[in-house]
Amino acid sequence: MLARAIRCGWEWFDSRMPTVALEWKKHAAEYYAPKNFNFWYYFGSLALLVLVIQIASGIFLTMNYKPDASLAFGSVEYIMRDVPGGWIIRYIHSTGASAFFIVVYLHMFRALLYGSHKEPRELVWIFGVLIYLTLMGEAFFGYLLPWGQMSYWGAQVIVNLFGTVPLIGPDLSLWIRGDYVVSDATLNRFFALHVIALPLVLLGLVGAHLLALHDVGSNNPDGVDIKKVKGPDGHYLDGIPFHPYYTVKDIVGAVVFIAIFCFVLFFLPEMGGYFLEANNFIPADPLKTPPHIAPVWYFTPFYSILRAVPPLFHSQFPGVLAMGVATLILFFLPWLDRSPVKSIRYRGPLYKSWLAAFVLVFLLLGYLGTEPTTVWGQFGFDAFFLDTRDVATWVARLCSIVYFLFFFLMPWYTARDKVQPVPERVVWDH
Amino acid sequence: MKNILAIGLTAGLTALLLAPAVALAAEEGYRLDRAPNDPRDIVSLQAGARTYMNYCLGCHGMQFMRYEGLEALDLSESEIKDNLMFTAEKVGEPIRIAFNPKDAKAWFGVAPPDLSVIARSRGADWLYTYLRTFYRDPKTVTGWNNAVFPNVGMPHALWTLQGQRALDIESPKEGSHGAVEYKWTQITPGTQSAAEYDATVRDLVNFLVYVSEPHGNSRRPIGIVVLFVLGIVFVFAYLLKKEYWKDVK
Repeated sequence: MLARAIRCGWEWFDSRMPTVALEWKKHAAEYYAPKNFNFWYYFGSLALLVLVIQIASGIFLTMNYKPDASLAFGSVEYIMRDVPGGWIIRYIHSTGASAFFIVVYLHMFRALLYGSHKEPRELVWIFGVLIYLTLMGEAFFGYLLPWGQMSYWGAQVIVNLFGTVPLIGPDLSLWIRGDYVVSDATLNRFFALHVIALPLVLLGLVGAHLLALHDVGSNNPDGVDIKKVKGPDGHYLDGIPFHPYYTVKDIVGAVVFIAIFCFVLFFLPEMGGYFLEANNFIPADPLKTPPHIAPVWYFTPFYSILRAVPPLFHSQFPGVLAMGVATLILFFLPWLDRSPVKSIRYRGPLYKSWLAAFVLVFLLLGYLGTEPTTVWGQFGFDAFFLDTRDVATWVARLCSIVYFLFFFLMPWYTARDKVQPVPERVVWDH
Repeated sequence: MKNILAIGLTAGLTALLLAPAVALAAEEGYRLDRAPNDPRDIVSLQAGARTYMNYCLGCHGMQFMRYEGLEALDLSESEIKDNLMFTAEKVGEPIRIAFNPKDAKAWFGVAPPDLSVIARSRGADWLYTYLRTFYRDPKTVTGWNNAVFPNVGMPHALWTLQGQRALDIESPKEGSHGAVEYKWTQITPGTQSAAEYDATVRDLVNFLVYVSEPHGNSRRPIGIVVLFVLGIVFVFAYLLKKEYWKDVK
């Protein structure tokens, strides 16, 4: 009886809007994905999961948060104390912000491992980089909202970066802030950008990322084109329908991820000061600059690069430029990489070494960005070329050079690397 | 190829793990003692609340905390009203100071900060050490100074308990690598012994930690239940995946 009613209802719906069934087939039930996805292929669906978590928890936070310079800090504490379940929602959102970047960084690293940015998936990669940049904006605007000392001075520092742009700089930063210092006007516009403008852009870009992916098909750990080998029934021998195979597999990944997420949420919500900074529990004070201002961990690799570049004619603009280039160069990756093979499994020693070096310097830059430049002490000697004696600054400079060389030398070392022959079909020994 | 990546990752992670140790070693200033606070010790939390209301609330409010929040420390409404509530009429009111912050700024040079989330910005260890390292210093306006927070605007609010102490700070000799030495001497005794005073401060810090995150105590038990449920869900999710994937050849 009930089954009949559901079937009749569905037939009624389907005859009026057949698009739903067609799209479901196109993107899930008959979207053929390579069968050899490994650990690194969980992070795409996990990023989508975190996006949903952030939107859902964000909606509930918005119900109690007050975007007003005199009320914002208190309203966050009100959520933490008086709103039933408010502290869970707030920790979900703050943990989710960091989780988003962890998942996205691992997702991007997967592309570097298996050449997912290479032809024919350049557009997928470009939409991905746009998502990453939008996410950085979203995180930056959101971080001002608790109106703590780090929120305030972090925003002040970042907005001042725009002030270093020659000619238009000061006007540009004034236009962004809406005031001469970060103030209530800034808080209001950042709130608007954080809760509606950038989430809309993010959703649109995620849609484009997925549509572009489904048009060309997914890459895999062997970098083999699964569409080349078809069975007698016309289906790809190395492909399986995304639904149900990868839906059930991704559910396992999602459960493990949520467990780790909940462990942080319930046992280490501050994550030793990396997810929630101690200084941000002091209300914003425009008259008192904290002695050490550091952005949240996910921005620190780029912040390190910014600090590492010496000023030119008393302008920090070269550093700002370097930081900009460090992110924007990602767009060119598909064309910088001239290797004939995609996957790390068949690449030569040059790419492997460069990738290892890149990962190392990225982590080091990230760590150094969270600390003052004096963290590793100073050189005991003086020399004419030493503009600063801080050891950490020099390490950051070396790391920044390696960071850029990874990209700038890529056309050279990927083209002359000793690659191994790529098999006809994916490696599958189950 | 996996080896190179593995070596790179291991080296990177080792560097990250070692780096904070180096950073700690390089940091200067008075060494912080570990705060022996226990968020489950209700008696200690009650004692801390009593010390707070009697010695701290004169200057430091907790505007994000309500008096009724103290009911979580096994205190009844009448107990709170009769013994702890000096600045409000109803238990639903926030814990505020009685005087004007502007006057405070004129008296101390800086308005005494609100302490609702002080334990989250300073940390328990800092508070525990700070409250135990006041000393007499004729060079300051208040006549008090602090080893952890040099030239602090706050006088020693608990001095009747701890008594007056003096501090000699001996810098290491030029060229030697010795650390700065701190020598404490008791000038006048307080009403409490050193051990009793340490316990008083422990209770007070315990209370400040509680106030900075009132739901902190329920966080972990909920977390354990959530992780247990997720463990069960994982088993079913994994079996479902196995069932489907056995056809994939």
